[in-house]
Amino acid sequence: MTLPALLVVAAALFGIGVYGALSQQTFVMIMMGLELMLNGAMLAAVALWAMSTAGSPKGQLLTVIILTVMAVEAALGFALVIGIYRIRKADMTEKLKRLRA
Amino acid sequence: MTRSLPVDVAFWLFGAGSVLSAWLVFRTDSMVRAAYWLLASFAGVGVVMVLLHARFLGLVLVLMMAGEMTIMAVFMVMFMMNPAGLNPMTMVHQHRTAKVAGVVAFAGLALVGVVGDFPDRPADPSRDPTAALGRELLGDSMLIFEGAGVTLLATMIGALAIAGKRGRYGDAEHGSAPPPLGMAAPTGGGGVGGADAAAGPAGGDEHPGMAGMEHP
Repeated sequence: MTLPALLVVAAALFGIGVYGALSQQTFVMIMMGLELMLNGAMLAAVALWAMSTAGSPKGQLLTVIILTVMAVEAALGFALVIGIYRIRKADMTEKLKRLRA
Repeated sequence: MTRSLPVDVAFWLFGAGSVLSAWLVFRTDSMVRAAYWLLASFAGVGVVMVLLHARFLGLVLVLMMAGEMTIMAVFMVMFMMNPAGLNPMTMVHQHRTAKVAGVVAFAGLALVGVVGDFPDRPADPSRDPTAALGRELLGDSMLIFEGAGVTLLATMIGALAIAGKRGRYGDAEHGSAPPPLGMAAPTGGGGVGGADAAAGPAGGDEHPGMAGMEHP
């Protein structure tokens, strides 16, 4: 378990997340892609904290902030999906050609 | 960092498992299964974090994601067509661009990770990292911690406002169909309580009391 190996795993998670967020048509699947990107970022943050900062608690604090971002993204994502579904009956990006209801 | 064989084996097992299940999220037909593959990916990362002595954060991640992925699976069943994956389907757009972007992102970040010269200062696990994090959160970085808490509170309020059935100008459902001719158009942004009260009975508002609550 070396730092480059950890960062490669994190990069793989981030790359898969980029692919998913750009390619998927369903809103919730796009959110999954975003979460995977944050997952990779979090793994990289923890790996750097454990391997290169001599255990500074600020590194763990950064991870807590990433967790907060994840929660905010999920909550607002679900709320937007519900709001869009109420007005448009849409669950895919292709059904939203205009933003105006 | 302890460089023992079991830790290395566990890292490769859970790291590779995490990447593999992340890939399966976008390869399975069933969206419910996709949510649980994503949970598996998060659990793998959580175990790797525990291996890195970030025990508290790893367990918090697994706990949080278990709840979130369950909500996601319920969401799929409620809202999406074909949540169970009974018919094989791929719902993707700009597939080639997305693949190229994903590969470029992976290659670039992996290159930085492999070539980059990071300082070799491993954490000392004998100093309890969880206790250090607790002292940091309620000590020097309390403002950041509380800021995160207030951010979550604002998110909750905002999410309720967005997802609520009743929007600012009436029922959210009204946006789905144009109003019939001759009906009084909703007067948006008047800011006067009288406007809503006048439009309330004409629009068939079942909760006339709500109009007063919106414009105190």
